[in-house]
Amino acid sequence: MANFYTDNTDIKFHLEHPLMKKIVALKERDFQDAATREDAPRNFEDAMDNYDKVLEIVGEICGDVLAENAEDVDAEGPRVVNGRVEYAPGTRQNHDVLTQAGLYNMSLPREYDGLNFPIVPYVMAAELVSRADAGFGNIWGLQDCAETIHEFASDDQKRRFLPRGARGETYSMDLTEPDAGSDLQAVQLKATLKDGQWLLNGVKRFITNGDAQIALVLARSEEGTQDGRGLSMFIYDRANGGMTVRRIENKLGIKGSPTCELVFKDAPAELCGDRKLGLIKYVMSLMNGARLGVGAQAVGIAEAAYREGLKYARERFQFGKAIIEFPAVYEMLANMQVKLQGARSILYETSRFVDIYKTYTHLATERSLEKEEREELKKYQKLADFYTPLLKLFASEYANEIAYDALQIHGGSGYMKDYPIQRLARDARITNIYEGTSQLQVVAAIRGVTTGHYLKQVREVYELLPVQPGLEPASEALKGMTAEYEAAVATVTAAGDPEYVDFHARRLVEMIGYIIIGYLLLQDASRRESYAKSAALFVKYGQAKVAAHAAFIRNFQTEDLEAYKKA
Amino acid sequence: MKELKIVVLAKQVPDTRNVGKDAMKSDGTVNRAALPAIFNPEDLNALEQALRLKDAFEGVSVHILTMGPGRAAEIIREAMYRGADGGYLLSDRAFAGSDTLATSYAISRALKNLQYDLILCGRQAIDGDTAQVGPQVAEKLGLPQVTYAEEIQRVEHGAITVKRRLERGVEVVTCPLPAVVTVNGSAAPCRPRNARLVMRYKYAKAPQEAREVTGEYAELLDRRPYLKLTEWSVNDIRCEAGELGLNGSPTKVKTIENVVFQAKESKVLTVDDAGIDELMKELITNHTIG
Repeated sequence: MANFYTDNTDIKFHLEHPLMKKIVALKERDFQDAATREDAPRNFEDAMDNYDKVLEIVGEICGDVLAENAEDVDAEGPRVVNGRVEYAPGTRQNHDVLTQAGLYNMSLPREYDGLNFPIVPYVMAAELVSRADAGFGNIWGLQDCAETIHEFASDDQKRRFLPRGARGETYSMDLTEPDAGSDLQAVQLKATLKDGQWLLNGVKRFITNGDAQIALVLARSEEGTQDGRGLSMFIYDRANGGMTVRRIENKLGIKGSPTCELVFKDAPAELCGDRKLGLIKYVMSLMNGARLGVGAQAVGIAEAAYREGLKYARERFQFGKAIIEFPAVYEMLANMQVKLQGARSILYETSRFVDIYKTYTHLATERSLEKEEREELKKYQKLADFYTPLLKLFASEYANEIAYDALQIHGGSGYMKDYPIQRLARDARITNIYEGTSQLQVVAAIRGVTTGHYLKQVREVYELLPVQPGLEPASEALKGMTAEYEAAVATVTAAGDPEYVDFHARRLVEMIGYIIIGYLLLQDASRRESYAKSAALFVKYGQAKVAAHAAFIRNFQTEDLEAYKKA
Repeated sequence: MKELKIVVLAKQVPDTRNVGKDAMKSDGTVNRAALPAIFNPEDLNALEQALRLKDAFEGVSVHILTMGPGRAAEIIREAMYRGADGGYLLSDRAFAGSDTLATSYAISRALKNLQYDLILCGRQAIDGDTAQVGPQVAEKLGLPQVTYAEEIQRVEHGAITVKRRLERGVEVVTCPLPAVVTVNGSAAPCRPRNARLVMRYKYAKAPQEAREVTGEYAELLDRRPYLKLTEWSVNDIRCEAGELGLNGSPTKVKTIENVVFQAKESKVLTVDDAGIDELMKELITNHTIG
């Protein structure tokens, strides 16, 4: 009888962000569907009420069905039978219930049997699903693929494929291979054109939900090429045969999500979009969506882990009192909570940026944009590009830290398989690995450091916002942190050595992350008083981290680099 | 099968599954203000059986009939969010204080206004737990009844085949239509609310509620007739005033006792690994061991 949406007012708080007014009006094209569609909102309030009501359904299903099934799904996992995947019974039930509830195709337009929801409430649903069962979050979250088809496929393909998601068919994105993991330019799976029909041949590995009905497959369509420019994107329909599942990986966590090795043998497929743009354009778009999804997944796991830690600390008595009364424990819990809230703030800030630029992108296919609109598109796309890796990095690392601390609070019991926390700790561990490791998020984010984009956002937006009375010390601390960051960036870039920048990149990216999340929580506090404490605590925590990084960089000589090299 | 008209009898009940100290008033009646109003759980099981027939066959319609104050219209909306076609709210002060006899009288009279092939309802409601209304409705309408139903297996040649869950086993019976079927909580759980249906029907209102709606939403009700729920008062059903409400209710509550459990209920564990696991988990959770 739990509802994961109504029991967590933080989510509704972010849903009610002032920028939603702009997002909803854009997404609904000023509510033009209301005249013809009975399920379309008539105005902003009506739309927001829809999101609220639908998230309540998501929250109820998460609490009553997904969370209840999670332990069994973790123990049983999926199986391969005759080259096909069979989900664990709980996974199947989760999927069926969410299909009945109409919770697939959430962000697609109504003409494709979508709900036409903005990214923000869709990401909220992803957070809720992942709090209940992070592994299932992958299967559900692969509806992201529909976004890519919607953006890049032909009208005919959109009409044929997109409505299928609403009827319970699932997706997979088949990118990685045994020798092409982080380095997707090395993809070898071959696509050959024979009598006007593309055929796929080769092997894909580590494919989440690999036995989906509809797959987006990255394949080498240009014979003789070796790099990313020879790769195209294909839509593969499982109904046409030619693909079998060789095996399922035995993973540490997210056990309910089948991670497959696939063999394609003359599997017929159709080209999606233009040849040769597979990696450089479509996968990049797919990956940004997936990183937002992993951010949501990480926040969902973090929420679940924090709750487990808090509950145990209140219930467990040692030395005559609940262990939450000991400073060592309550400090841990306080830091866990503010990390969780900080990660959630940057998750929804990023989601709002994505919402605005994606909607403008679609709008641009319907009519030519005004100059002002084109500028907004560019501005928000840039923000989304810089915030996505920052979000993925912080949310996934925090999910791990929070799960680690929550397990620690459980003491010996946490190490046993008797409590949900052990599952959450295992599930969290993948979030900072897949869809780009933390190290690769740093690579994506460092440009925003060296080009000054992050700093610009801090100086020109965040620093100018009014500060709630009482939070002046936090605001001053953030200014000090920003100065330290600026100095550190200057020191690192002054050397003019790219390797030196790479070496310190994570430190610099983390520094700006603490600053940005600090500012976001400060803004949250201006809308809801209870965040004042979180903002103050987070800034205290971040301030110490920034100081440590700054000291390391200050005391580091270029010659020191040699001592670290092992190769 | 050309068509099949199903009426599901449903009740809005206080959620008695999480009862606090203030659940009962000092006069022995239920303190409805302290308990959230929900769709009676077994009525949801009945609704699911109806919706499955609708999924399986063309020409099946599913309507809700509920008796209660204006806010009981929420039950009709909840059913429509899950796939029901509409519903009827039976609402009048004259129904207040009805026991099961007066309730089944009013409901059976209302059913006479409707065409139906199959009447479904939950076995019992969680507030009164009598399990009497369904069978009484069948008696008053002179219809055959199938109680403790778990699954409607077939509908063909004007008859239904129903699996019944009994204390010592399962019984499969065939029964001519029209009939009343009361459904057990052990039947398939009801499907969730559907996002698109919620958005479509959220402004559906019974006339009592519609009176409070103004401006553009009042206009919306006029433009979309399916948003207007049917409501009946005593004047809309042919009935004898003396059979209704308190007057028509022979049941009189003499006293109510508060029962305080002295000891926890005993618990039966299965003698196998799963049972031992469960016990171990409980002992670890409450820190008896570990």
